[in-house]
Amino acid sequence: MAEISGSVVKVDHGPKVRGEARFVADYPMEGILYGKTLRSDRARAKIQAINVPELPMGYVVADARDVPGKNGVLIIGDDTPVFAAETVEFVGDPIAMVAGPDEAEVERILREIEVEYEDLEPVLDMRKSEKVFYEYGYEKGEVDKAFAEADKVYEEILQTGHQEHGYLETQGITVVPLAGGKVKVHGSIQCPYYVRKALVLALGIEPGDIQVIQDVTGGGFGGKEDYPSMIGARVAVTALKAGKPVRVVYDRREDMATTSKRHPTYSVYKAAVKDGKVTAMDIDLLYNAGAYTTISMVVLQRGTICSNGVYNIPHMRAHGRSVKTNSVPNGAFRGFGAPQVFFAVEMFMAHIAKDLGVDPVAFKEAHFVKKGDKTSTNGIFHHGVPLPQMNEKLLTASDYWAKREAYASQPKGRYQRGIGMSYSFHGGGFTGTGERDIIKAVAALQKYPDGKVEILTSGTEMGQGLFTTFAKIVAKELDCPIDQIIVKLPDTDRVPDSGPTVASRSIMVVGELLRRAAAKIKAEWKDGEAQRVEERFQQPEWQIPFNYDTFQGDAYPTFSWGAHCVEIEVDTYTGEQKVIGAWACYDVGTPIDTTVVIGQMEGGFLQGIGYAHMEQMNYDKKGRIRSNSYSDYTMPTAADVPKMEMHLCVEEYPEGPFGAKGAGELPLVGVPGAYVNALEQAIDKDFCHIPVTMEDTLTHWREGGQA
Amino acid sequence: MSIPFTLNGKPAAYEGSATDRLVDILRKDFKCPGVKVGCNEGECGACSIIMDGVLINACMVAAGRAYDTEIITIEGFRETEKFAVLDRCFAETGAVQCGFCTPGMILAAECILTKNPNPNEAEIRDGLSGNMCRCTGYNAIVHAVALAAKEGKGLW
Repeated sequence: MAEISGSVVKVDHGPKVRGEARFVADYPMEGILYGKTLRSDRARAKIQAINVPELPMGYVVADARDVPGKNGVLIIGDDTPVFAAETVEFVGDPIAMVAGPDEAEVERILREIEVEYEDLEPVLDMRKSEKVFYEYGYEKGEVDKAFAEADKVYEEILQTGHQEHGYLETQGITVVPLAGGKVKVHGSIQCPYYVRKALVLALGIEPGDIQVIQDVTGGGFGGKEDYPSMIGARVAVTALKAGKPVRVVYDRREDMATTSKRHPTYSVYKAAVKDGKVTAMDIDLLYNAGAYTTISMVVLQRGTICSNGVYNIPHMRAHGRSVKTNSVPNGAFRGFGAPQVFFAVEMFMAHIAKDLGVDPVAFKEAHFVKKGDKTSTNGIFHHGVPLPQMNEKLLTASDYWAKREAYASQPKGRYQRGIGMSYSFHGGGFTGTGERDIIKAVAALQKYPDGKVEILTSGTEMGQGLFTTFAKIVAKELDCPIDQIIVKLPDTDRVPDSGPTVASRSIMVVGELLRRAAAKIKAEWKDGEAQRVEERFQQPEWQIPFNYDTFQGDAYPTFSWGAHCVEIEVDTYTGEQKVIGAWACYDVGTPIDTTVVIGQMEGGFLQGIGYAHMEQMNYDKKGRIRSNSYSDYTMPTAADVPKMEMHLCVEEYPEGPFGAKGAGELPLVGVPGAYVNALEQAIDKDFCHIPVTMEDTLTHWREGGQA
Repeated sequence: MSIPFTLNGKPAAYEGSATDRLVDILRKDFKCPGVKVGCNEGECGACSIIMDGVLINACMVAAGRAYDTEIITIEGFRETEKFAVLDRCFAETGAVQCGFCTPGMILAAECILTKNPNPNEAEIRDGLSGNMCRCTGYNAIVHAVALAAKEGKGLW
């Protein structure tokens, strides 16, 4: 391991462990109004009237008519209304906000507001949607010819469900109106500059009149990427109307029922097999975007590009659509469109292997991409692909072959076991030329006369250890102790826009800008003087430009890799599925801090286990989310998984700081494939959907399946 | 009506309604913001406090229940020698990520070790199972508690 990989105490450890870190709900409420959101209870309807009772002194109700700028929250498009004006498009669609000094009184007013609706027929099934938000496709090689020449053709439908972020701290934002029409925003925010951009449009004021500061944030996982722009706009409009600061902190049920989730998908995979190998794939993907577009465009892009997984498929066609339904808008969630297709392709490959009578691991390994191969979009895998070594490591660590063989012939009893493996990658940074053309990251270092150096980026700390790893990169390059580095929660009045804290880009892209800035400041170092250095993103020259119309070129400059093994035991009396062994090997380049990286890998892995079999979120016929609490939507606890054994493999990325590349999303992306393959072996039944729950195993037996 | 209790070793009294939620009065009236609200319905454990030696969810308890009890929150526990050991061990294993569940996890760890100074991994996992964490995958927290049992020998 590189010297920098040794672990340090995280820079934000002290205040957090002592309970002194201030989250948005922890600031005193003196002089601040409580804000609560009035929401649609219909999945689709016209708003006929909003009847507000007489308000006591000091209370306000804001709705679409109070939005001073455009009634749209700018995300990629601006079709998400600040407040619904003419129609409501999902159960939970915000119509108005009530604010006032007493929380109970605000709730009373909220209950007494009557909205008159004219109901319209909602579309809840994505397959019946006629409104396509986005559609992409690409083709390489000679797909039709390969299918015509195939020994055998396979086809399978694979489906994935919603996933809720489940961050422990719910969403919350405070907006303080300042003199001269300016506003100050602080809260649980993943991307401060996104919030500022949204407020420019909704309030119709200049960027310089909006200050956005991140408070200590209790987990994000993508859930606080676009959503704070929506809350921020709603609270800002209300605060401006009230002329007083307003704070909104969601309660858990409100958060789970109305904020973004992972897109459910319905995918049709076809494969041509010739001489025991997959020669072609034809893939059709359907993503349920929910009521508004939010960031479905880029989620769909990533999913479509990654739909062949880690496999070299010489001839392939992929087509993806993201469609509207009258349900909660789905957004960013760790993996960003990729976990859905990795589940699909991993199961599809395993099922083909089973039909061919070969072990899925051997079959998959024979198709692994390698350095120099073409990607699905005719880009190139420019750097080493360590999948074979990672696979070997896990096969040994888990004792896969012996267990796989033993479980294949296990005697039928109450408890049945299975073991499975899966593989994934994650491309770091924005898709295509997004870093160069859209984000244009700027990072700065400010050196003070006393020799301390402050990191100035818009990168947010949400638990992923970014402040620690940023500080380590700068300290290492300056060859100084880490306590000489200052890193604070970002404030748009003080930091340049280094881009959003998303897409596993922060270390790889912004971290490298900081390393270069540190090298520069070191070279120009003058004792006792203040100095400032700024660095701007440059796309590597060897990167093949990505064409968004044809989907050709390098979608990502480099990839991080993952291999997973899961061993489970099923209780045939109760249907209960229990993880009894969990192993993974990840390559994120040089770990900037091994403890931080392992922490990310373990946390992401367990979210993947939850996604595979526990976390189920369903709608009723009226489009209402019924699993809107931790009781109804179960996430893994400490007792639900044994010790997870994480391994690292290092394939250095020459353009990343000290060889580091993307890490945050990778560990979740490929997990469900391993889990479900283990379950399939345990109960001798193929599954094509996640979550695959206790009810699924029981249903299988009730319908006559053998245990 | 007055509800007397001991908060972090000092006498305290609540003068409001006995039906108020304990979590709310601890946060607002007694300035203990380290008691977090994650779900307000007893599922996540972010509001964990120790009442008469037992780990409880403060969101599930009415203020009246605090009558004559001894309550410890992170604000009091962080001044103890046991906390210093847990602090070091949580730092060592990287058991703190976003930090929202951490005060509750620390108090849960204290209760596990008070009950059993030498817990095995299954006992630690069982003891932490009422406290949810979405960041860490729990491994680091489990290791931290095991490490504290070793390093804090004699304290529990």
